[in-house]
Amino acid sequence: MTSAPATTEVAHLDLTRKPRPWDTAARAIFRVAAALTIAITLGILVALIVPSIEFFSEVPINEFLFGTRWAPRFADASFGVVPLVTATAWTTVIALFFAIPLGLGAAIFMSEFAHKRTRKILKPVLEVLAGIPTVVYGYFAVQFIQATVFRDWLNLDTGSFSVLSAGFVMGIMIIPTIASISEDAMSAVPNSLRQGSAALGANRRQTSLKVVFPAALSGIIAAIVLGISRAVGETMIVALAAGQQARIVGGPLEAGQTMTGFIANAALGDSRVGSLEYNTLFAVGLLLFLITLLINMISIWIVRRFREAY
Amino acid sequence: MNASTDNARASQTVGSTNTIVHGSALPSLEVPVIDCDSVSIFYDDFRAVHDVNFGCKRNEITALIGPSGCGKSTVLRSFNRMNDLIEGARVEGSITYHGEDIYGPDVDAIEVRRRIGMVFQKPNPFPKSIYDNIAYGPRVNGMKVESMDDLVEEALTKAALWDEVKDKLKQSAFGLSGGQQQRLCIARTIAVQPEVILMDEPCSALDPIATLRIEDLMQELRKDYTIVIVTHNMQQAARVADRTAFFTAEASDTTGDRTGVLVEFGDTATIFESPHDKRTEDYISGRFG
Amino acid sequence: MSPKSMQEAVHKTVRGRAKGGESSPKSIVFLIILWLAILFALVFLAVLIVTTIVDGWNRLDSRLFTEYPASDPEEAGARPAILGSLWVIGTTAVMTIPLGVAAAIHMEEFANRHHWFSRLIEVNVQNLAAIPAVIYGMLTLGAMGLMGVSNKNQVWVGALALSMLILPVVIIATRESLRAVPAEIRQGSLAVGATPLQTVWRNTLPAAVPGIATGSILALSRALGEAAPLLLLGGLVFLSFDPNGITSGYTTMPIQIFNWTSRPQAGFHELAAAASVLLLVMLLAMNALAIVIRNRYQKRW
Repeated sequence: MTSAPATTEVAHLDLTRKPRPWDTAARAIFRVAAALTIAITLGILVALIVPSIEFFSEVPINEFLFGTRWAPRFADASFGVVPLVTATAWTTVIALFFAIPLGLGAAIFMSEFAHKRTRKILKPVLEVLAGIPTVVYGYFAVQFIQATVFRDWLNLDTGSFSVLSAGFVMGIMIIPTIASISEDAMSAVPNSLRQGSAALGANRRQTSLKVVFPAALSGIIAAIVLGISRAVGETMIVALAAGQQARIVGGPLEAGQTMTGFIANAALGDSRVGSLEYNTLFAVGLLLFLITLLINMISIWIVRRFREAY
Repeated sequence: MNASTDNARASQTVGSTNTIVHGSALPSLEVPVIDCDSVSIFYDDFRAVHDVNFGCKRNEITALIGPSGCGKSTVLRSFNRMNDLIEGARVEGSITYHGEDIYGPDVDAIEVRRRIGMVFQKPNPFPKSIYDNIAYGPRVNGMKVESMDDLVEEALTKAALWDEVKDKLKQSAFGLSGGQQQRLCIARTIAVQPEVILMDEPCSALDPIATLRIEDLMQELRKDYTIVIVTHNMQQAARVADRTAFFTAEASDTTGDRTGVLVEFGDTATIFESPHDKRTEDYISGRFG
Repeated sequence: MSPKSMQEAVHKTVRGRAKGGESSPKSIVFLIILWLAILFALVFLAVLIVTTIVDGWNRLDSRLFTEYPASDPEEAGARPAILGSLWVIGTTAVMTIPLGVAAAIHMEEFANRHHWFSRLIEVNVQNLAAIPAVIYGMLTLGAMGLMGVSNKNQVWVGALALSMLILPVVIIATRESLRAVPAEIRQGSLAVGATPLQTVWRNTLPAAVPGIATGSILALSRALGEAAPLLLLGGLVFLSFDPNGITSGYTTMPIQIFNWTSRPQAGFHELAAAASVLLLVMLLAMNALAIVIRNRYQKRW
C-alpha cells in the first residue's frame, strides 16, 4: 500500500460523476422485470376480454348472466351461466362451512393456547395440507370421501359426484390459508391487551374470544376473504369430484359443474381459436377472473385499511 | 437568549479557533479538509440541524459531542453523503471537501465516499470471510493492487488486528468479538485508502477494554488520516480529540420541533476547561465534572 | 375484620374466581373444541395419506417408472409423465427465478416506494399471487393463439404458464429475504465506495440467497403439483416416448393422475393413487430440501 493519501497533495481530486454503464444497464433490466408483472396483468385482461367481446357479439350478455340453461355444445345451444355459478357457490359455501370454524379454531389454539414447542410442530404439519397437490385432493374426494364414505359407509343418496365431497375436501385444503393468516393477525395483537383483560379477571377463553378475536378481526376477515378466492378459483378438485353436468344444483348431495369445472372440461376438447366454443371458455374465464379480482381487492383493502391499528 | 444571538456567538467562537495553535504540526491558517458553511439539514420539512459552521483539519481528530437528538450524527453522515440514503433528507448551505462542494450538481456520492470513509456505531462486518471483508472495498473500487494479500495485511496491521486474525483470514468475520469486528470495520475503511475517516459512536457497543484499544488506534491513525468522531462519551472526546464541536438541541418557539445547533467549536482543551458558552459549561460540568 | 377472617375472605374470592377461571367447565369445553379443530385437520391428513398409499400399494413398483400409458392398466406406467414433470419444472425454474429475483431487487432496493408506479407494481404482485391458476392457462392459451403457435403441447409453453403462476411467489419470497439483510450491511458497503449495484450484487443478494432458494423451491413445488393451467394447454396427451427437450411434447404427473382418476376402471384408480404417492414423495423431498437450506444457511443477524 502506498503511503496514506493524507501526505500526498490533492491533485487527483475528482468527485465528478462517472458513467457507469453496468449500473445503468442492470437497473434497467431490474425495472423491466418488475414492469413485466404489470404486463402479465394486462395480458390476462386482453387474453380474456378479446374473445369475450366476440362471444358477447353472438350471445347477449343478459342471456349469459341470467340464463338458467348451460348447454354450449348442444345443437340448440344455450349460454346461461347461472348453473355454473350456483355450483361454484355451493362448493364455495360448503368449503367455508368447514374451513372457517376449523381454521379459526386452529388459529386461536396456536396463537393463544399452544406452547411454543407445540406450535412449532403443528404449524408446519398444517402447512402440509396446503402443499398437497389439488389433483390428489380431487382423487381423495371422488374415490374415498364420495365413493367410500358417503356411499358405502353412510349410504347417502348420492351419485358418483357431489358438490358436498368437493366442497368438503376444498374446505380442508384452505384451512392452512385461513389458520395462518388469522394466527398472524392474532399474534400481532399486543400483549398489553391480554394482560389488561387478565387483570380484570378474565380467563384465557374470555380473553381470546372477547379481546384478541375482535382486535384481530380485520386480519381474520382478510384471511377468510382470501380463502373464498381460493375456493372460487380451485379447479382440479371440482373437475374430479363435483361432476360434469351443468345444471342448477338444489342440494349438497347433487352433482354440478362449476365455472372452473367447465373450463377444465372444455379445455379437453380441442376447440378452434375464434370458434364460439373457444370464446365461451374465455367468457366464463373472464367472469371467474372478475369475481376473484373483486374478492382479492376487498382483501387487500381490508388489510391496508386496518393494518395500522397498533 | 434567542436563537440568532446563539448562532452569532457560535460562529464567533468558531472564528476564534483559527488563532489557537494546537502544537507545531498544525498550521492554523490551512484550509480545512472538510468545511461546513451555514449548513442546515432537513428531513422533509423537519429541520434537524440549523446553521452549522466549522471545519475539520488534516491529521487532526475532531470530536462532535452533545446530548442525544442534537444532530451530531446527522452532521457526520452528511460529510460522506450517507444521508442521501434517507428519503427526504436534504442539505442547505455548503459542505466542502478541499474547497469542492460535495453536494455540487456534478458530484457523485460514490466518489465522495471513496475518499471519506465511515465506521458505524454497531460493528457491521459483511457476511464474508475476514479477508474478503478487507478486499471488498479495493475490489469494488477497481483499485489496481499488486498484491491483495499485502494490502489486506497492511490494512489489518494498521487497524491493530493482524496478529489476532492472521491465522484465520478465511473464517467468517461474524466469529470475531465485538471489538475485533469494529477494528475489522476500521481496517475495511483503511483498505480503500481514504483521506478522511468518519466514526459514528464507534465504541458505544463495546466494552471498556475494547474501547481503549480503539482509542489507541485512533491516535495511530491520526498520523495518516483526518478523523471526525461522534461520541456521547465526553471522557473519550477529551482523551482523543484535538478539537471539539459541542452541539445542542433547541426547541422552536412556534412548532416545538427540536433543532440541533452548534454551540461552540474549538480546541478540545478550551472546550473542556474554559468554554466560552454557558451552555457548554453547564453540559461539561454536569456530565463531566 | 380480624386479619384471619380477611385472609379467608381473600382466599374465598380467589377460589370463587377460579370457578370462572382457567379450569371452569366452559373453558375446558372451549379448549377441547379447539383441540378437535386441529385434530380433525390432522386426522384428515393422515387418512388421505394412508388411503392413497393403500390404494396405490400394488402399483408402487418399477412399472410406474418404466412403462408408458396404455389402455390396459396392468401395462401402464407414468414414465413420460415423470420425465415431463421434470422437464417442465426445470424449464419453469430457469424462466422464473432470474426474472423474479430481478423484479424483487428493483422493488426492494431501487424503486422509489412513494412513486405511484411502484405502488401499482406492489398491489399488482399481491393480486397476481391470488389469481386462480386456471386463469394463467387461459392467458398462455390466448398468447399462443396470438403468436400463431398451433402446437401448444410443448414443454416451454407449459413452463411459461407455470412460470407466470409462481412468479409473484418468487418475487414475494425474494423481497422478504432481501429485507431481512440489515441496512447496516448496505451502509457498510456504500461507505467504502461501492455503487448501489455492487452493494446488491456482491453483498445483499449473496446474503439473501438461502432465503431466495427456500422460497423458490417452495414455489416450484407448487408448480410441480399444479395441473389446471396445463390442462388448458393440451397437456393431457398419451405419449409413447420420453420428453427430450423444451419443444418436446409432454404430459405431467398431476395431469396423468387426473386422467387416471377420471377413468372408470379400478385398475387406473390404483395407478392414480400410486402416482399420487410418488408425487407426494417428490414434494416432500423438495420441502425437506427447502427446510434444510433454511436451517443450515440462513444467516442470523
